Amino acid sequence: MDVMPKWADVVLIPVISLVLAALLSTLVIVAIGEDPVAAVKLMVTGALGSTYAWGYTLYYATNFIFTGLAVAVAFHARMFNIGGEGQATLGGLGVALICLALPWPHWALALPAAVVGAALFGAAWAAIPAWLQAKRGSHIVITTIMFNFIAASVLNYLLVNVMRPTGSMDPATAKFPPGAHLPTLHDLLAPFGIAFSRAAPANISFLIAVVACVLVWLLIWRTRLGYEIRAQGHSEPAAVYAGIRPVRIIMAAMLVSGALAGMMAINNVMGEAERLVLNSVEGAGFIGIAVALMGRNHPFGVFLAAILFGFLYQGGAELALWTNIPRELIVVIQALVILFTGALDNMVRMPLEKLFLALRKDRA
Amino acid sequence: MAQGRQTDVAPAIELRGISKAFGPVQANKDISIRVMPGTIHGIIGENGAGKSTLMSILYGFYKADAGEIFIAGKKTSIPDSQAAIRAGIGMVFQHFKLVENFTVLENVVLGAEEGRLLKPSLAKARGILKTLAAEYELNVDPDAKIEDLGVGMQQRVEILKALYRQADILILDEPTGVLTPAEADHLFRILENLRAEGKTIILITHKLREIMAATDTVSVMRRGEMTATIQTSQTDPEHLAEMMVGRKVLLRVDKKPAQPGKTVLEVENLRVVDEDGVERLKGVSLNVRAGEILGIAGVSGNGQSQLLEVLGGITHGTGTVRINGQEIDLTGRHSDGQSRRARGICHVPEDRQREGLIMEFTAWENMVFGYHHDPAYQKNALFMDNAGIRDLAADKMARFDVRPPNPVLAAKNFSGGNQQKLVLAREIERNPDLLLVGQPTRGVDIGAIEFIHQQILDLRDAGKAVLLVSVELEEILSMSDRIAVMFDGRIMGERLPGETDEKELGLMMAGMDTKAA
Amino acid sequence: MDFLTVLQVLDSTVRLSTPLLLACLAGLFSERAGIFDIGLEGKMLFAAFFSAAVAAVTGSVWLGLLAGIAASMVLAGIHGLASITFRGNQLISGVAINFLAAGLTVVIAQDWFRQGGRTPSLLGGARFEPVTLPFAEALRGVPGLGPVYYELISGHTVLVYLAFALVPATWWLLYRTRFGLRLRAVGENPAAVDTAGVSVIGLRFAAVAICGVLCGIAGAYLATALQAGFVKDMTAGRGFIALAALIFAKWRPWYALMATMLFGFLQAIALRYQNIDLGGVVVPVQVMDALPYILTVVILAGFVGRAIPPRAGGEPYVKER
Repeated sequence: MDVMPKWADVVLIPVISLVLAALLSTLVIVAIGEDPVAAVKLMVTGALGSTYAWGYTLYYATNFIFTGLAVAVAFHARMFNIGGEGQATLGGLGVALICLALPWPHWALALPAAVVGAALFGAAWAAIPAWLQAKRGSHIVITTIMFNFIAASVLNYLLVNVMRPTGSMDPATAKFPPGAHLPTLHDLLAPFGIAFSRAAPANISFLIAVVACVLVWLLIWRTRLGYEIRAQGHSEPAAVYAGIRPVRIIMAAMLVSGALAGMMAINNVMGEAERLVLNSVEGAGFIGIAVALMGRNHPFGVFLAAILFGFLYQGGAELALWTNIPRELIVVIQALVILFTGALDNMVRMPLEKLFLALRKDRA
Repeated sequence: MAQGRQTDVAPAIELRGISKAFGPVQANKDISIRVMPGTIHGIIGENGAGKSTLMSILYGFYKADAGEIFIAGKKTSIPDSQAAIRAGIGMVFQHFKLVENFTVLENVVLGAEEGRLLKPSLAKARGILKTLAAEYELNVDPDAKIEDLGVGMQQRVEILKALYRQADILILDEPTGVLTPAEADHLFRILENLRAEGKTIILITHKLREIMAATDTVSVMRRGEMTATIQTSQTDPEHLAEMMVGRKVLLRVDKKPAQPGKTVLEVENLRVVDEDGVERLKGVSLNVRAGEILGIAGVSGNGQSQLLEVLGGITHGTGTVRINGQEIDLTGRHSDGQSRRARGICHVPEDRQREGLIMEFTAWENMVFGYHHDPAYQKNALFMDNAGIRDLAADKMARFDVRPPNPVLAAKNFSGGNQQKLVLAREIERNPDLLLVGQPTRGVDIGAIEFIHQQILDLRDAGKAVLLVSVELEEILSMSDRIAVMFDGRIMGERLPGETDEKELGLMMAGMDTKAA
Repeated sequence: MDFLTVLQVLDSTVRLSTPLLLACLAGLFSERAGIFDIGLEGKMLFAAFFSAAVAAVTGSVWLGLLAGIAASMVLAGIHGLASITFRGNQLISGVAINFLAAGLTVVIAQDWFRQGGRTPSLLGGARFEPVTLPFAEALRGVPGLGPVYYELISGHTVLVYLAFALVPATWWLLYRTRFGLRLRAVGENPAAVDTAGVSVIGLRFAAVAICGVLCGIAGAYLATALQAGFVKDMTAGRGFIALAALIFAKWRPWYALMATMLFGFLQAIALRYQNIDLGGVVVPVQVMDALPYILTVVILAGFVGRAIPPRAGGEPYVKER
């Protein structure tokens, strides 16, 4: 029998890890001479205190849902996709090309096309490392890292030399046509009589992200492909025995992963910036790692973790605005979450297992 | 109970009241044992009886929860392997602990170097190895790389490692599992030489024959407890088996005479080259008819695994393989496991934990593993019928007496025997034309062995063809209707079980052509 | 291209190769002991900041170097704790360490110096000065060898010479000493080391610690020798290029020297010839930026030959039951 009940594994351990990460972050805040209580208050009002604040929190969360799902799907096939950053960058390129290609009459037409463009470009950028891993055994962690750097150079080249409108000094594309502007939560909720901040960037992409969570759940736990992805992830020799082709599974999982990461671009590029700029991903690809680890690679967990990181991100921005705590504090928190929920999992798990074992012995 | 010779000599090893638990599992319960110096002492027991745990405690790998250890009459604490080595204990593990790309000399020296620089250590070891080789028939080329040596030679390196550290007590854990009968005989000669020099040897095995042949005294373990210690000369295999299992055991399989029908599997000139470019099957030809069991005997590593793998669609090969008269694809698109299953070939793989099951999957998920594309298991074009599969798995588990019969439990939570029953239930219930079975009872307790053997025989009696690969000669002899012996990627010959014996098969397994002799 | 230009590019190659070489050797020790380390980048960055910060405050580059090494060792200790003591995923631990360094350096820099996440520029004794080797001036006029000696071999900081000296030292330690035998063994089969009565944990921590020291020197070199101070994300992927060089070198010291020299050479070319015009075809600067990474992928894709990593690499050691 398993030593621990399932709820402890799914809920207790991530929560304890999070508390540890929060404690250490508090120490950092104290160490740089700021008041942690005031900081938390500032974060809560800044990220949850108004519909404007929520609008930013959900906007960031949307990015992290996509990148978190991307990492989670790859994890199920035991692929560590660190390339979410590059794939989301390329997804942005796909969205920009689609949005600028036609004078879109209405967002309802532009959005599906942009989703396809983002997914295709993201998947394509994941395809090369996936193929190299599947066929040549090149370690996917290293190749996806390299592809992040290459993606940055590609985008830099395109924005500076190719896609920049004549006369503009800014390394960015032209504004997307109005028909490609996505409705914000304000637009969506207004018909129901719910007042939501007009200025906040959260948009319809959030709903698409939620749908993506459901679809990923169905894919992983209800379809044959998901079954094969999980089998391959647990044991490749067993998968081969069962007639599952590892090359096919690695490719499929990474393509889905890349597509999800790429789809983040409908939120930040199409929904918010409404043009493609340099470094539009802003590290969301990496935050996906923390989100997936925290969410235990389950879409619902990813959703919750993404909301949490949306809160941290927006709260952190507010902190940077009003205090001497730079935004990079969020990177520290993110690192601590990855450390505790990922690498130091056993540090939390082993004492807990002992505890549950002792409890069971007492009961027996 | 008689306790060895009663002399004034202190026992080489004495354990008093040793207990050890892993989480909820009590691996050793209050174990006491005395081993006299200059004897070969056997410890026999089923898989999971706690033999290896006990020896790991003696070697400082695990810390006992309770109990005391006395070495040559002195109370000794063994917190780590270093302490065990200092106490004069050497251990030859079942899975060798050698660095594959190091030389023999480097492996012997590792951890017992003379100083900070390597050169003097290696020079000294070279001299000592020469002496040891002469003294105990332990010849190994000191400059050979481990990966280039056969298993028999690797085992000698392990023994040399222990002797180089001046071990007086040598523990061998299942030492003959990977050896040919001839190599095993050589090993036992070495052990006798060592005993003659006054060394104490503890031999852990599950093979009754070895206990009878090689040991002076024997201890029996069952479910973590030491049930008896007796002089080997005062017991017999049936009695030992009964003490191991706790009840009377039939060592023979009861089976009806085979009624072979038409040929199901024809293999001609089958060759397999592995990833490293080594030819592992060198032109194998054989056939299996409906209603018979063809047993493949051989020391592990002589191509049996590759034979199963290429027939099961795990590896590619060249040659001709026909199933029910129709040729099957050995390299192309239709050479994978799915295609094999579609042709009526089912496969119980040699390593159920690595291949046959996904240990993290539930029993019901495992019950369709490899057959998950079967339309019967789908709810619609998109989704699998998880609820239906769960019910089906519960049925099959009940029929195959899998305990506990709980389909939502993960495979890793079942015992070895019950894991094997899960695999068998999945494969046999498909009613295949040809069943490939590798090591069906490895790591399985005796109670489950009988059940598993009976299921395979039932399939045969239902008119199906069975290809059985096992390194256990007894199993091959008792189950097979025909026996083919493999050596070095070739079939050395075929025998009928009634017309051969372990000795002849043993010679063939070592590559000797008994007909030509 | 004249002789002097060639010498200058090669001189620049040496300077740019040095941090790669140090990080590559750092990774070599760690991975030879079976601990994968994609946190080289983070350790270098951490060391770069603390060395620059301490050097800026104290005015002593040597104290800076020590601080850099200590900072890198702290992260190495976390990596060891996660991957050795708690048997966690070594790749994830590496990722965490990279982010920890990227975040903390800026947070602390902002707190200490209030210059937008950088340290003040280092002057005088707060920086490693070039060492002029004996007779360099005298021999400068000798045709051929003179300029080579003066431009290329002489005039680097002491850390450059240290890095190059570490190559034979590493080789000797690895193949000629007891420690090296055990280190290589623990990366191939930790069970063999454990049953031989040697502590797997001790050996692996030793390897991770050496890795920390070398990354510390590499980071300090970046901030106090190659450049004059710390700026945000100044390692700029060097840790990953070093990792690629390690794979390219098949985890062997002399090959590591060659691989890092090659990558350093690429960087030197990119630095000197931005937007290079090759007979009408203009190679944009972005291609030069991306070239090391592209090359790494190409190398990984199969021009490595069969690079066999240490067999126990990436796997935490658990005594079998």
